[in-house]
Amino acid sequence: MKPRAERLGLLILAVLVVGVQALTAATGTPFYLTQLTMTAYYTLATLGLCLLMGYAGQVSLCHGAFFAIGAYASAILSTLRLGSPPAAGWRGALAKLGVLVRAQDLFVPGQEYLVFTPWLGFAVALLLAAAAALLIGYPALRLRGHYLSMATLGFGLIVYRFLLGGDFTGGADGISAVPPWRVLPGIALCSDSAHRVGNYYFAWGTTGVVLILLLNLVASRTGRALRAIHEGENAANSMGVDTAAYKLRTFVISAVLAAAAGSFLTHYTGSIGPGETQALRSVRYVALVAAGGMANLWGTLTVSALLTFLSLRGVFGTLDHAVFGAILILIVCLTPDGPLVPLRRVLAHAWRRLRRRPGQAATDPE
Amino acid sequence: MLVIRNLRTGYGNLEAVRGVTLHVEAGEVVALLGANGAGKSSLMKAIVGLLPPWGGEVRLSGRAITGEAPWHMISHGVVLVPEGRHILGDMSVAENLLVGGYHNPDRQLAIGEVFERFPILKSRARQPAGTLSGGEQQMLAIGRALAARPKLLLLDEPLLGLAPLIVRDVLRVVRDLRDHGVTVFMVEQNAMATLGVADRAYVLETGEIILEGRSEDLVRNPEVRRAYLGKGYKEVWE
Repeated sequence: MKPRAERLGLLILAVLVVGVQALTAATGTPFYLTQLTMTAYYTLATLGLCLLMGYAGQVSLCHGAFFAIGAYASAILSTLRLGSPPAAGWRGALAKLGVLVRAQDLFVPGQEYLVFTPWLGFAVALLLAAAAALLIGYPALRLRGHYLSMATLGFGLIVYRFLLGGDFTGGADGISAVPPWRVLPGIALCSDSAHRVGNYYFAWGTTGVVLILLLNLVASRTGRALRAIHEGENAANSMGVDTAAYKLRTFVISAVLAAAAGSFLTHYTGSIGPGETQALRSVRYVALVAAGGMANLWGTLTVSALLTFLSLRGVFGTLDHAVFGAILILIVCLTPDGPLVPLRRVLAHAWRRLRRRPGQAATDPE
Repeated sequence: MLVIRNLRTGYGNLEAVRGVTLHVEAGEVVALLGANGAGKSSLMKAIVGLLPPWGGEVRLSGRAITGEAPWHMISHGVVLVPEGRHILGDMSVAENLLVGGYHNPDRQLAIGEVFERFPILKSRARQPAGTLSGGEQQMLAIGRALAARPKLLLLDEPLLGLAPLIVRDVLRVVRDLRDHGVTVFMVEQNAMATLGVADRAYVLETGEIILEGRSEDLVRNPEVRRAYLGKGYKEVWE
């Protein structure tokens, strides 16, 4: 995509983000911002998968697991009680360094205790996701074909069972009462309605920044190499692209983005459960990228924002998972390039007809 | 420039190349002829490291480079144009060339030269490469290799599936590259056309070299004519 069109797209995105917030403020419906904020984080994760699937051509079926790894790392570390203040000894030293912070007990007013700072949880979340991605990706990505899909499907199921059965993961209930995370001065990631607008802008701002980074990556030499791998691994190899290394790096980037999104979302909603790791969750990410047109960051952003918001609002009801599965099937059968390509063709055709005078239309051979 | 000694490689239990020894001098065009399944492409892949060699050695200007990764070969100046061209169909012609110059810091300059050599590619620079004709795609495949500024260009079946007129164009390009100091080692089934441009040639059969010689001699060799040119090769060729 050309830089000018890209800038225009980013401008439209910014105007939309601000416009929607203004609209909810004007109409007295700020509660929409909650789902819109969550939508931004899910979209952030989806963008990472778009890079992996669309550009490097590898399908991962455990994107939800990486999301959950990030979410649980944050949730566990920031709710692990390390005694009550004031801190002394090693805990005092850690508190001085800022690694330990005070948190308020949600149920007992005035009761405070020491926990790890959310920043540590965030860092561990990213590192854990990167390490897991390296571990699965290193053997699977040296092979060609669908080995990564198989390996990730298995990994996703393992993570789901692990989170469901683990003691410190809270089992089927997951972890709640995750404390707020003061990410920027004036912005704390938490479900408190006083912070709703700040959270909304932080979430979409982060997603926008990641979008810009990914757009730049895709337009660079690395991006060309990734697309070359997608189009012909043999050709890319014979032109000297280290295909295995690129696929692995891209897999790690996509995993880290999912983990970051999971970490943010957990602090925002204040809780996390094992449902995020279900295989159908991961299929949903795949469906969103496919619906966005695979190698199309803008398409993925649009489709993901729209469908995720509708899903979070409960529009699809009990058919939620079925809707995403149906979308995936329809796309694979009808428009493998994504629905936006034929849509664009239809629109272009309609536009040409509109511009033509009615008398001409009948005789025009086109 | 390129010396191969006793090189062996294959797939699984199948040995496709059984101890091939050959050499290519700087400034030469050398052809490797052989029928389907003789092991020609496997040999090419083993040279650039796309197939791990089972034994033997590959030397480039005296340095052993046996089994090095493909991306190292490119920095040594050895570039393969793979069989079947492997054009990146959804990417534009210009992007194909940019990927070709992936390891070349002066890729813009090299691409300018490619456009000079193949004006048709320049006029189609922004078009998806998949929309080019077969001949244009072969030119793009060669141009893409040239974007890496090779010293030794390996062509794997560059004439495959091309119309006779286009075959002549590709051969002209090969000759012209040689005149500009690029050494060319090409694998072909189209023996007659290839011997017209090559200085020397080897004949490969079931993984072994069975004949070697100057092109003029090989064209006259009754064994070659029978096996690889066909009896009425004149009619077939023109």
